[in-house]
Amino acid sequence: MYTQALNSETVVSTIDDEQKMTAFQARIDREEKIEPNDWMPAAYRKTLIRQISQHAHSEIVGMLPEGNWVTRAPSLKRKAALLAKIQDEGGHGLYLYCAAETLGVTREHLVDQLLSGKAKYSSIFNYPTLNWADVGVVGWLVDGAAIMNQIPLCRCSYGPYARAMIRVCKEESFHQRQGYELLLQMMKGSEDLKEMVQDAVNRMWWPSLMMFGPSDGVSEHSSNSMRWKIKRFTNDDLRQKFVDATVPQAKILGVTLPDPDLVFDEVSGNWKYGEPDWAEFKRVIAGHGVCNKQRLKDRISAHENGAWVREAALVYAEKQKSRMAQSAA
Amino acid sequence: MTENITPIWEVFIRARNGNAHRHAGSIHAADAEMAMQAARDIYTRREEGNSLWVVRSSDIHASDPGDGGMMFDPAADKIYRHPTFYELPEDVGNM
Ligand SMILES: [Fe+2]
Ligand SMILES: [Fe+2]
Repeated sequence: MYTQALNSETVVSTIDDEQKMTAFQARIDREEKIEPNDWMPAAYRKTLIRQISQHAHSEIVGMLPEGNWVTRAPSLKRKAALLAKIQDEGGHGLYLYCAAETLGVTREHLVDQLLSGKAKYSSIFNYPTLNWADVGVVGWLVDGAAIMNQIPLCRCSYGPYARAMIRVCKEESFHQRQGYELLLQMMKGSEDLKEMVQDAVNRMWWPSLMMFGPSDGVSEHSSNSMRWKIKRFTNDDLRQKFVDATVPQAKILGVTLPDPDLVFDEVSGNWKYGEPDWAEFKRVIAGHGVCNKQRLKDRISAHENGAWVREAALVYAEKQKSRMAQSAA
Repeated sequence: MTENITPIWEVFIRARNGNAHRHAGSIHAADAEMAMQAARDIYTRREEGNSLWVVRSSDIHASDPGDGGMMFDPAADKIYRHPTFYELPEDVGNM
């Protein structure tokens, strides 16, 4: 995943020619896809660059909490699955960076924004993965929430983003299923194992709900994103869908969800849930979560340790090119 | 810190023998050999294809959407280029 509405509306520029704006909106309303070379309002471009790059950063940072468990996976099967999932997430990040680049920003600039702390990524990855069950719960809840968010993005009005999302969604189902299966297996084990699962669920439930972003009443934007069909559902709609899908799964698994207000509403057919702690959400987004500093530190050192490889590859490519030119002469 | 920009490549995959290559996405790599390796890792983790092309993005020349009318509209009123334009008696059967 992981796009998260972060409440920073882009002001629609008045410089953009009104006629072009009308024609653009008409294309969106006809469900036409907007492609990189097409005319688009500056604010549409800016909103997309921000959303797609935040999404890409989230995929990349999202590899870290799970990477924490690769060397301690309890079996070869689980280790292979975890490695494959983490590799997928890296791939998701790369598909998304490419989609953002079609809007006229460089990869180098986007990576720079992440490493300098200017760009945001999903708050969920600033929580620690403390026990092996966290790996399962991340797959079940975090990827589950990601799927809810990403499926409507497959119909996003911007072609390259929509196509990247289709590719991503095809791979997500495995992520969620391997996590849920891992938990099912733990729940058949000793009391200790069951407690580990419940503990992981208790810690991850609320942060997973926060992945959908602030409540619609509070969220300033959405309106442009909805009008431009970047977004198709509100944060609360998606959160509700997620809760409704997850409650029965928790029951099958045999765990409780840590929300005393969770109750089935006969009238709407939805599960009513309590209010997430939005103060905590704001704190984590602002950089004060448990792992924010560690995550950024890890990304920076990965980037710096890889610098010589990128440099050497470019020098080698240049050398090959001049050799080819010489032998052709 | 300004780093040298690593070039972008477009990736094309042939899903099955007998099919044409289709555009899959893009990747960054210093040269063609590394581009091929990266394309394999990023776009074919689940048997998505059996053949890959990588092309420097800067080598692709795209038609300008602004010229769309001039380029493609003239084909719209040339219905005589399609078989259904020609009416034949029923008893001729499939032709
Ligand atoms: Fe992902
Ligand atoms: Fe995933």
